[in-house]
Amino acid sequence: MPMRINGAEAALPPDPRVSLLDLLRETLHLHGTKKGCNQGACGACTVLLDGERILSCLTLAVQCEGRSVTTIEGLGGEQGLHPLQEAFIEHDAFQCGYCTPGQICSAVGMAAELRRGVPSLVTADLDAPGIAPDPAELRERMSGNLCRCGSHNGIIAAIAAHCAGAAE
Amino acid sequence: MSILENAKQTVQGAAQAAMKKAIALAPDSWLPGGQPDPLIRQQHGLIGAPVSRLDGPLKVRGQAPFAAEFPLDGMVYAAIAFSAVAKGRIAALDLAAAEAAPGVVLVMTHANTPRLQPMPLFLTAEKAAGGDDLPVMQDDRIHWNGQPIAVVLAETQEQADHASSLIRATYEAEPATIAFAEAKAQGTEPGQFMGQPLKLEKGDAEAALAASPVSVDATYVTPRHNHNPIEPHAATLAWDGDRLLLHDASQAVAHTAWSLAQVFGIEEKQVRVTSPFVGGGFGSKTLWQHQVLGAAAAKLAGRPVRIALSREGMHRMIGGRTLTEQRVAIGAQPDGRFEAIIHTGTVAMTRHNALPEPFILPTRSAYAAGSLKLDVEVAYMDMLANTFMRAPGEAVGTFALECAIDELAAKLGMDPVELRIRNEPERDPVEGTPFSARHIVEAWRAGAERFGWSRRNPTPGAVRDGEWLVGLGCATATYPYYRMPGGAARLTLTRDGRVRVEIAAHEMGMGTATAQSQVVAERLGLPLEAVSFAYGDSSLPGVVLAGGSQQTAAIGAAVAAAHRVLVAELLQLAGNDSPLAGLKPEEVGGLDGGLAGLEEPARRESYASILARAGREAVVAEASAPPPLETQHWSMHSHGAMFCEARVNRITGEPRISRFLGSMDCGRILNAKTAASQFRGGIIMGLGLALMEETQFDERKGRIMNPSLAEYHVPVHMDVPEIDVIWTDIPDPHAPMGARGVGEIGITGTGAAVANAIFNATGRRVRDLPITLDKLL
Amino acid sequence: MTPFRYARATEAGEAVRLAAEAGARYLGGGTNLVDLMRETIERPAALIDVTGLAATIKETEAGGLRIGAAARNTALAEHRAVRSRYPALARAILAGASAQIRNMATVGGNILQRTRCTYFYDDAGARCNKRNPGEGCDAIDGFNRSHAILGASPACVATHPSDMCVALAAFDAVVHLAGPAGARQMPLTELHRLPGGHPEIETALRPGELITAIELPPLPIAARSTYRKVRDRASYAFALVSVAAALDVRDGRVADVRLALGGVAHKPWRARRAEEALRGGPATAAAFRVAAEAELAPAAPLRDNGFKIELATRTIAAVLGELAGEAA
Repeated sequence: MPMRINGAEAALPPDPRVSLLDLLRETLHLHGTKKGCNQGACGACTVLLDGERILSCLTLAVQCEGRSVTTIEGLGGEQGLHPLQEAFIEHDAFQCGYCTPGQICSAVGMAAELRRGVPSLVTADLDAPGIAPDPAELRERMSGNLCRCGSHNGIIAAIAAHCAGAAE
Repeated sequence: MSILENAKQTVQGAAQAAMKKAIALAPDSWLPGGQPDPLIRQQHGLIGAPVSRLDGPLKVRGQAPFAAEFPLDGMVYAAIAFSAVAKGRIAALDLAAAEAAPGVVLVMTHANTPRLQPMPLFLTAEKAAGGDDLPVMQDDRIHWNGQPIAVVLAETQEQADHASSLIRATYEAEPATIAFAEAKAQGTEPGQFMGQPLKLEKGDAEAALAASPVSVDATYVTPRHNHNPIEPHAATLAWDGDRLLLHDASQAVAHTAWSLAQVFGIEEKQVRVTSPFVGGGFGSKTLWQHQVLGAAAAKLAGRPVRIALSREGMHRMIGGRTLTEQRVAIGAQPDGRFEAIIHTGTVAMTRHNALPEPFILPTRSAYAAGSLKLDVEVAYMDMLANTFMRAPGEAVGTFALECAIDELAAKLGMDPVELRIRNEPERDPVEGTPFSARHIVEAWRAGAERFGWSRRNPTPGAVRDGEWLVGLGCATATYPYYRMPGGAARLTLTRDGRVRVEIAAHEMGMGTATAQSQVVAERLGLPLEAVSFAYGDSSLPGVVLAGGSQQTAAIGAAVAAAHRVLVAELLQLAGNDSPLAGLKPEEVGGLDGGLAGLEEPARRESYASILARAGREAVVAEASAPPPLETQHWSMHSHGAMFCEARVNRITGEPRISRFLGSMDCGRILNAKTAASQFRGGIIMGLGLALMEETQFDERKGRIMNPSLAEYHVPVHMDVPEIDVIWTDIPDPHAPMGARGVGEIGITGTGAAVANAIFNATGRRVRDLPITLDKLL
Repeated sequence: MTPFRYARATEAGEAVRLAAEAGARYLGGGTNLVDLMRETIERPAALIDVTGLAATIKETEAGGLRIGAAARNTALAEHRAVRSRYPALARAILAGASAQIRNMATVGGNILQRTRCTYFYDDAGARCNKRNPGEGCDAIDGFNRSHAILGASPACVATHPSDMCVALAAFDAVVHLAGPAGARQMPLTELHRLPGGHPEIETALRPGELITAIELPPLPIAARSTYRKVRDRASYAFALVSVAAALDVRDGRVADVRLALGGVAHKPWRARRAEEALRGGPATAAAFRVAAEAELAPAAPLRDNGFKIELATRTIAAVLGELAGEAA
């Protein structure tokens, strides 16, 4: 069974060493997913696997058989941008732009986790039914995505604005 | 955000009512007696507007192409093997397994690398870009632990990496100087920076210190740092005959092209380097051995090559900031006036690079003092060449200087803001030249007001919030204005009323293309949409380093020069049938998509009309910027007043930053949105410097032990509070657009502001970075 | 990365059969193993993907929880029963790694992650008794700020990085195993080894054995538990010291207590000395401090990590104090 990447079928690589990240970048030329450390320490390679944010650098492509991958290229529509992409531009949530696709994919996955009620380390009451996306919650939940240019404030502001907009 | 914002808004109505006027040409030099750039008077147009990044849509879609993302037909992938000793020679390299591994196309070692010249060392020639000037895999000598010893090319990255791991090297190791204490014991030499000795004495500072009623004298230590941009260094390259095309991650495309030509013994024009997007550089993305090795291997293999460094590879072969050991002593009168400042110390360096971390630079101009003694001594080590990292000198120099001032303030019982203001110099303390524009006092006042500095309890350890001790600290940020020679630009104005700007500049996230497009639109009287900005290609005009926070001024001056040529050409084309007839270039300016008389805006003709009547599709104007003589006539520096609120856990010692404000004085701000991001970015890297960053150099083997982002800590989202930035926005009359650079200043002063806040919180004075919890237990 | 064969198992017996060949390793989320393979520190001949095995989290008849080893860390942390009845476990998982890694990592894989040490990771440039038994340890006299203060040996001073395991150790979790010789179970506290003279052997697993499930016993005291992690960054960093604790205070005395430490040893460190010192004694700050000191009494500091003794002592006392305050 092949995997699906942004809705299109993609063949599994013959070499099981190929990571999902390298499959995306080198075979499929989907360069939006970035390689920052290739060892699970920076989050630049974050994609959505069956809707959950994961690191494509530590995922072997063969493990994705029959599963569905969404990358930054699959987030927006035909023409337009995903609302989070718009928010990132508006809030200057990036400088060099290299960690950006990972931050955005991570934020999409994070928003789903919040809606599902997944707690974080800063969630005071683990038994509470809902979790308010205050800045501390967003910062903790996004801490797996490094940014070296220092656009942290803009990233959190963009995500907060998006979460607030989505809640309306 | 601007301090002037309120005032601006009140006059805005009046300004809008006034008739729009054309904007005069910028001066052709920034010398005494000359006029400032007329753009500094434009208060309500595009200059300063918070325009969103023009490349934003590309970047958020992941469609901005970075160096490792150019696919080339027939391309092979490179992997690099590194030495495991610091000095000696390679006794044997067992390559059999690697050469036999699947997919391998080439194994290159010193035995088969083509003969190459060393890289021209950065700062030793106008376009030199090399991080070191060592032989690049030319012999069996080892110069540092981590030096490349072999390059493998294979059909896939997996195959190349695997084959590289099969290479077995044995060494004849030689005694190496890999401990800092040993290096110092062998004797130090005075540091030289850009041809100038890093040594200065004004008066007898030691005697003045001894005679001062109040004094401090302490040693501060800062560790090695790595830039760690999120995009690893990479190049995708191909030879076409004897022409080399290199897609690089570069903050110096023209320098890199020229330097590679020297290495390969070919003409500069035979090398083209592109770098349309750079995933962060911070000083690291110049020419290092990987581009040379990639090009050499591509030549041997006859195939295009992708050479992308691993995160470990970056730490092994791309230099970082070196360690410093600094003494700062200040002698003062009881009223706080400085009688003596002594800032001396030692840095580690290699014999093959050009940067003795010049930590004394901020002390040259920051304060008035009766006497000065400055000295950077160099201890030579066998290690990877250290290099420029965001605010080289100032980032760590301000840590020592500004902590010492805080220590003195505590001793004097004075407010540290007032102590700094009391020692404001009237002229440059070393050169005696006037300041071009210095408004640090305004920045201090505005910052203190906004941050609530008056609510600080000066008694350390007095403020508690549950488990946390809370403290406030401050420090001066400072970074010079630079404009390097070599700026040149080409403007192409087309009949459809659009202009294309071409310059071999760089976009590493500073927002260069966006801010400069705003400037060009304003200069030419065009809407922003009519401007396109081409950069990141060595085939474009200019030699413009993205470094020293100088790109803004370098581009600004080059574009202004090209604009003068363009306007002269347009007036000629307009001829006698134009309403502009008889007007000289100095008498016209850009207005509403055309040229108009400065005094008589009604005398106007659109660019489209001028070109149409002349039967021209386009006018092309190219010019070089005048030499940067302004820095010889004025002392030109940006400043900032940094305020920090730190919290230290009483149980665990964990330090956390809860508030930060940078009140900046950097001349005119060209884009409020991207400049704020640059300030914040510098400040956040400064938080890393203060609290967590350290490259662990094992002095037993001379080897870096934390070459990963898991072990080299940079701030994560949870470490970063909301960072407030404000600015004076007072134009510098002697800088193009009135703007000094904004890229590096944020990291200066920040380390000291944090350390001083931690002292205020706890009473603990930590003088060795990073300030980790074990130092606060 | 050294070439390997890849196979996927759908149930435990099949996985054990597939892993029978020499050099085979089980693959969970890959967050540790794939990284180590890329560093060529791990060079398995075959990977048997066990992420498709049982991942359910269900009540046991005894009133505890049985967690399929393939359950993802996030699934365990967000499970309502874990959040309300074993909150220290939920918090420990949430303190570990990033959300992306928690979404990938399986419970079994988290338990079996290798110890951390920068010299262990430096295949080309450093000596390590784990990588090459007998060659020596460069960490003992090198950068060892994050290394072990308890239970280390002259052969190895590395620490186990898992947060989750610290809570599991505190809660008497039992590990269910399947192997070529059949199924068995053992307490989690006995699964990880201290380094001794053989740091290359990190667990008590026999060749080919697979973790199939973790069982948490019914443990009412665990409902009043918490986890505190002390590290150099505010998030996304390994523990310098961490503490999982549960406390039952009645009439001002410690009726029962569970305590385990992370970041201090080659294995998740169940603090039995401290528990013993606390049980039946007064629930006071002074008693908490004394108990913590008792636990740390055998600690042996290295060049850079001596601070961990005081840090661990203080953190234990603070966590117990917080739980006592909550109970009061």
